[in-house]
Amino acid sequence: MDVFLQQLVNGLTLGCVYAVVALGYTMVYGIIQLINFAHGEVVMIGAMVAMSVILGLAGSGVPPLAIVLIAVLAAIPACMAVGYLIERVAYRPLRSAPRLAPLITAIGVSMILQHLALLIWGRNYIPFPQIVKTQTFALSSSETAATITNVQIAIMLLSIAMMAGLIALVYKTRIGIAMRAVSQRPDVAGLMGVSPNYVISFTFVVGAGLGAIAGVMIGSYYGIAHYQMGFLLGLKAFCAAVLGGIGNLGGAVLGGILIGLIEAFGAGYMGDLTNVCTLSKFLPGFAGLCEANSNMAVFGSSYKDVFAFIVLILVLVFRPQGLLGERVSDRA
Amino acid sequence: MTSYLPERFRKNPLVLTIGVAMIVVALVALPFVLNMAGTAWVRLTNFAILFVLLSLGLNIVVGFAGLLDLGYIAFFAVGAYVYALLASPHLGIHLPFWIILPIGALVACLFGIMLGAPTLKLRGDYLAIVTLGFGEIIRIFMNNLSEPINLTNGPKGIATIDSIKLFGLDFGRTTRIGDYALNGQIKYYFFLLSVLVIVIIINLRLQNSRIGRAWEAIREDELAARSMGINTTKLKLLAFAMGASFGGVAGGVFSSIQGFISPESFTLTESVMILAMVVLGGMGNIWGVVLGALLLSFVPEVLRYTVEPAQHALFGRQIIEADVLRMLLFGFAMVLMMLYRPAGLLPSAVRERELTKDDEGGTA
Repeated sequence: MDVFLQQLVNGLTLGCVYAVVALGYTMVYGIIQLINFAHGEVVMIGAMVAMSVILGLAGSGVPPLAIVLIAVLAAIPACMAVGYLIERVAYRPLRSAPRLAPLITAIGVSMILQHLALLIWGRNYIPFPQIVKTQTFALSSSETAATITNVQIAIMLLSIAMMAGLIALVYKTRIGIAMRAVSQRPDVAGLMGVSPNYVISFTFVVGAGLGAIAGVMIGSYYGIAHYQMGFLLGLKAFCAAVLGGIGNLGGAVLGGILIGLIEAFGAGYMGDLTNVCTLSKFLPGFAGLCEANSNMAVFGSSYKDVFAFIVLILVLVFRPQGLLGERVSDRA
Repeated sequence: MTSYLPERFRKNPLVLTIGVAMIVVALVALPFVLNMAGTAWVRLTNFAILFVLLSLGLNIVVGFAGLLDLGYIAFFAVGAYVYALLASPHLGIHLPFWIILPIGALVACLFGIMLGAPTLKLRGDYLAIVTLGFGEIIRIFMNNLSEPINLTNGPKGIATIDSIKLFGLDFGRTTRIGDYALNGQIKYYFFLLSVLVIVIIINLRLQNSRIGRAWEAIREDELAARSMGINTTKLKLLAFAMGASFGGVAGGVFSSIQGFISPESFTLTESVMILAMVVLGGMGNIWGVVLGALLLSFVPEVLRYTVEPAQHALFGRQIIEADVLRMLLFGFAMVLMMLYRPAGLLPSAVRERELTKDDEGGTA
């Protein structure tokens, strides 16, 4: 039960981060039907900028929490600027081009951002400064109790706040109405006095801002930053967005949390479930193998990165519109 | 063959004959000339040809059928591992290469079908992301399939893979003809060149065949193609499977030239590189793709020999490593080509018409 609870906590934390990143994908997709491959890289840049700020300010006498706050406040505009630039330079000129064109520029931009980050921050894994002391709380009184850290609590609360804020932005404000209008028919929205270009840029900027915070969260959760960290994270978040139904904000949140949980439980239980030795009770042939090595897992936790894709492929086969989505048009 | 050539050559058979003869002589002489500068250059040329093969395979998927495959290297990896497993001391199996290459192509093809079947019914973007994920999955499996049964030998890779043996010639050794030494790389060069010629002919024939025209129709307007009675799902799957099997063959050859493979050779970077080659040369144009692949194979090597010494001379230290510069170059090549010359350096006539037309496509 403790293992279960622990994986639940880990999965929820990770899921919250995925959900926030997935929101960035889904917003952009919802409005211009484009997979912004470079979004994962925006998240990475958020983490890197925050890390640099924290390293720069550490030991300067500023209280730790204030340093983290300053780091986040520095990462957000940096990522927003990157997000705006990507849209302006690489996607806007191709908005009326065939689908393949913006997808190719997107992957190109993603490469450029990764390697610019490599130039600035180097190719090694950088320990993300743990400036706020990690405190661990046990969830029950037993010795093997599941624990939750203050970082995890902060990640979850912050994610929920951001999701709520975003949903309020889209459904309660003027710009939110404009965003929904542009996503339905950009040309008609234009006739109604909405500037589609402005709204699309705004969407990218908001998505990038969310990405920046997600970057700080994932950096402080794993305690590590790397110039390629955005790639897998971005892919998983995209899987989450598709699972929930791409273009649907609530779907992105649901998908993110589900992917986080699947990954955590998968990593936690996969090894035991596929352990050949548990079969040896039923199949005597395996017993000999197990005497030499009692841990004969066919698929261990090193396969945890695979789960998100398996989910993606299953969703695409059985429910391409996602859990909460509307029917996806299959236009090429 | 002649119908694929530019008009002025077709009209003038003498020019054509002389031209072809000169090209053949140049291609035959090339490895010997390069060998004088060092075997490394022959090796480099061999890898360039390998990349041309891969780009031509990807071109079937991206250029002909208009499907974006971002995990193409996975099929290359499958082919390479099939070869390595069936011709190395790792599993103790040593089959001849002309049995393994078809097996590799077939296995890669099966992977392509497995991956394409669920996704090709959907919009193109999904295919892009699923293939991207697939590339990663294959790498994760290659890294981890050493437990509990050691199949891939994990991150350490498989070494001492058999070289190709053909007509009694061992491609791994130097053969002496009279007092001239024919080294392995030169033999591989001629082998690769013949494979390349075959692949180019297949591609040229394919492009103007019934299938090729159907792909073109799908790429231009899938809905219209379907209304004309083309089974779009089946044909897209065919393109995908065919591209995959070309990748598988190239992978097998790679395994034997290199003699050693590890999961590190099959990362996203390589997939993106091949895509950049196709995009730079001109999606859908066979000669353009050949040009793009050759350019992007050699330019980074030239950079390696010029940029790093230049930086040492100018700044006294290295600021940008050559391979970082290479990736930046690939990234910029893709973005700038799409923005300013979407049909590539050597645009295919139809592709150019399609990619510059702006009244169709985006649902924005």
